[in-house]
Amino acid sequence: MLWLLLFLVTAIHAELCHPDAENAFKVRLSIRTALGDKAYVWDTDEEYLFRAMVAFSMRKVPNRETTEISHVLLCNVTQRVSFWFVVTDPSKNHTLPAAEVQSAIRMNRNRINSAFFLDDHTLEFLKIPSTLAPPPDASVPVWIIVFGVIFCIVVVAIALLVLSGIRQRRRNNKGPLGVEDAEDKCENIITIENGIPCDPLDTKGGLINDGFLTEDERLTPL
Amino acid sequence: MAQASGMDPLVDMEDERPKWDNKLQYLLSCIGFAVGLGNIWRFPYLCQTYGGGAFLIPYFIALVFEGIPLFYIELAIGQRLRRGSIGVWRTISPYLGGLGLGCFSVSFLISLYYNTVLLWVLWFFLNSFQYPLPWSTCPLDLNRTGFVQECQSSGTVSYFWYRQTLNITPDINNTGTIQWKLFLCLVACWATVYLCIIRGIESTGKAIYFTALFPYVVLTIFLVRGLTLPGATEGLTYLFTPNMKFLQNPRVWLDAATQIFFSLSLAFGGHIAFASYNPPRNNCEKDAVTIALVNSMTSVYASITIFSIMGFKATNDYWRCLDRNILSLTNEFDFPELSISRDEYPEVLMYLNATQADRLAQLPLKTCHLEDFLDKSASGPGLAFIVFTEAVLHMPGASVWSVLFFGMLFTLGLSSMFGNMESVITPLFDMGILPRSIPKEGMTAICFTLQSGSYWLEIFDSFAASLNLIIFAFLEVVGVIYVYGMKRFCDDIEWMTGRRPSLYWQVTWKVVSPMLLFSIFLSYIILLSQTPPSYKAWNPQYEHFPSREEKLYPGWVQVTCILLSFLPSLWVPSVALAHLLYQHRQRWKDTHPESGLKPQESRSC
Repeated sequence: MLWLLLFLVTAIHAELCHPDAENAFKVRLSIRTALGDKAYVWDTDEEYLFRAMVAFSMRKVPNRETTEISHVLLCNVTQRVSFWFVVTDPSKNHTLPAAEVQSAIRMNRNRINSAFFLDDHTLEFLKIPSTLAPPPDASVPVWIIVFGVIFCIVVVAIALLVLSGIRQRRRNNKGPLGVEDAEDKCENIITIENGIPCDPLDTKGGLINDGFLTEDERLTPL
Repeated sequence: MAQASGMDPLVDMEDERPKWDNKLQYLLSCIGFAVGLGNIWRFPYLCQTYGGGAFLIPYFIALVFEGIPLFYIELAIGQRLRRGSIGVWRTISPYLGGLGLGCFSVSFLISLYYNTVLLWVLWFFLNSFQYPLPWSTCPLDLNRTGFVQECQSSGTVSYFWYRQTLNITPDINNTGTIQWKLFLCLVACWATVYLCIIRGIESTGKAIYFTALFPYVVLTIFLVRGLTLPGATEGLTYLFTPNMKFLQNPRVWLDAATQIFFSLSLAFGGHIAFASYNPPRNNCEKDAVTIALVNSMTSVYASITIFSIMGFKATNDYWRCLDRNILSLTNEFDFPELSISRDEYPEVLMYLNATQADRLAQLPLKTCHLEDFLDKSASGPGLAFIVFTEAVLHMPGASVWSVLFFGMLFTLGLSSMFGNMESVITPLFDMGILPRSIPKEGMTAICFTLQSGSYWLEIFDSFAASLNLIIFAFLEVVGVIYVYGMKRFCDDIEWMTGRRPSLYWQVTWKVVSPMLLFSIFLSYIILLSQTPPSYKAWNPQYEHFPSREEKLYPGWVQVTCILLSFLPSLWVPSVALAHLLYQHRQRWKDTHPESGLKPQESRSC
C-alpha cells in the first residue's frame, strides 16, 4: 500500500513538475560567482529553504494563506545550479496560475535574495522580470556643486585682478598728477621779471613801458 | 648694418612692450600652445592606422623638412619685428598685410570652436567627481523593468555622450534648443580663459607654469598606471610594431606632413605674438628646435600612454566577450558554474560542436579575437569621450583617473587657447583698436551649445582651419624668403642670435618647405573634390543604430563650408589690391600737385 502511495505521489509530482510544464518556472543560481570562496554547496537542505521561501511568498497572496512547503515542488536540479518549480493547490492536483506565483515572487524578491546571500543577477527567475532599483540620485547633481565651487573661485579671482588693476592705475595717475600740479602752480604764479610782474605791462596800452625800472633804489647811485 | 640702424627705432619705441618675466615662461607658453589636444588624440590614431612604429619615419622627416624651418621663421620674424601677426606682415611688405589679417581671422574662428571642446572636457571633468561614474549605467525606463532602449542598443558611454551631454539631433538642419548645462560650462570656460589672459602675458605667464606642466605630470602617472594594467603590453606591441608596407601609401606622407603642421600650430600668428615679447637678442634658433622637438616627443610619449590603456581596454573587452560566450554555454548545457576557464573555452567549443551542434547553433555566440578589439581605433573627441571614458570605468578607482584625465585635457586645451587668444589680441593692441584695459571676448560661441552644435563644430574643424592655414604658411615662407629677402633675413638672424643660418635652413626655406606645403595644398584640394562632404549623424531611428548614419550636407551648409574655407584667405588678395590702388592714387596725386595743396604744407613755410 505504501509503495503504491509513494508511486502515485512521484507520478503526480512528475506530472505537475517537469521542464516547461504549465505554470512552472526555471530558476538559476550562480552561487560561486556571487560569493567566491564563501560559496555554499547546494544540497537538499538549501532546496528545502527555497521551497519554504516560495511558500512564504505565496502565503502573502490573498486567498493563498494556507500554502504549505509541501505544495512547492522542485524538479530537474542540475549541477549548474538550476531547477524548475511549481506551486500546487491544497489538493495537489492542479498548479497555481503562473501570474499569481509571479506577482508573489516579485513582491518578496528581496527577502528571497537575501535568504541566499544573492541578488537579482545571481538568483534568476527566468520569465519573471525584476523591478530594477533606481540608481542613487543625489538631490542636487554633483556636477552642479563642483561647477559652483569652480565658478565662484574664478569670478572672485577676476574681480580681485580687475580691482587691483584699477587701483594700480589710479595710483599711477596720482603720481604724474602730483608733478602736473606743481607745474600748474608755477603757471598760476605771475611771472616776475626783475621784481616787476609781467601781467600788468599790457594794461597801460603800451604807452608806458613798465619793464624799465622806476624805483630809485635799484639805480646805482652816482 | 643698414637694417640694424633702420630697425633700431622700432626697438627703442617698444620699451613699453610687455616682456616675459623669464625665458622659461616664453618656452612654456610656446610649448603649451603647440602641445594641445591633437597630441593626445590625433597622433596615436595616426600611428595606429599607418603601421605603428613605421609612421614615425614620415613624421620625423616632415618635422625636419617642414615643421622646424617654418617654426623658426615665425619665431625669428616675431622677435625681430616685435609685432603681432598683422603688424609683422605689414612691415615686411604692405602688399602682404592681408596675410596678417587672414591669420587673425582664422585664429578668431578657431578660438570660437576650440572653446567648445574645452567646455565638453569641463563637463566631463565636473561629472567625474562621483562614484559610480554617471556613464557606467543606463538610466531606467519609465516602468523600471529595464533600461532605456536607446541606451541598451548603443552602450552606456555613447548614450551618455550623445544623449545626456549633447542631446544631439538626428540632422544638422534640426538645430534644437540651447542646452543650458553646456551653456553654463561655456560661461565658466570663457571666464577661466578671461581670468588667465586678463593682464596679457603677465597673467598667462603665471598661469602657464601650471597649465603647461600639469599634463606631463598626469601623462606620467597614467603611463605608470597603464603599464601595470593587464593587457598593456599586448596593446603596446601590437600598436607599435612597425609595418613598413604602409610607407608605400602616399596618404601616410600627406597625413604626416599635415599632422606636423597642425601639431606645431603654425600660421596662427600665436608664435609670432609670443616671440614679439622677447628681448631682441635671443637665440631663437635654439628655441625653435627645442620647442618643435619637445612637441614631437610629447606626441610619442602620449601615444605610449594611450596605447597601453587601449591595450588594457581591448583585453578587457575580449575577456568580457569570452565570458559572455562561456556563460551562454554554461546556462544552456547546465555545466557547473565557473567550470570553463577562458583558456579551455576553444576546446569545449570544439567538443560541443562535434557532439551537439544543433543546440550550439541556436546560441548567440560571438567570435572573440583580441586583434579585433585592438583594431578598434578612434581619434578626436571620440577617443577622449567614448573610448577612454569606457576604459576608465574598468580601472579600480575610476573617479580619480577620470578627474586626472579630464583635468589634463582641460589644461592642454587652455594653454592652446592662450596662444589662440594672443594671436587675436596682440594684433588688435598693436593697431590700437583695443584699449589695454580689458580685453573683450565674443560670446558667439553660444551657437555651439545648440543641440546640433557638434555637427557645426566638425564643420568648423574641417573647413575653417586646414586649407587657410596651409595657404598662409606657404605665403609666410614665400613672403619672408622672397619678398623680405633671404639675405636681409639672414642678416637679421645674425644680429639676433650671433650666427648666420646654415645651409640646411637656407635650402629648406628656399625650396623644400614651399614645395611640401604646395603639395599638401594640392592633395587637400584633390581629396576634398573627390568626396562630397558628408557627416555622420546620431539617429536612434536609423535601422543600423548604433552605427552613425551618413548624411550629405544640405546646400546652405555646403555654401557655409566653402565660405569658411576661403573667406580668410581672401584677405590677402583684397589687401594687396587695396594697397595697389592706394599707391596708384598717391602717385597720381604726386604727379598732379595743382589738384590740391594740403593746407599744412603751406603753413610750414
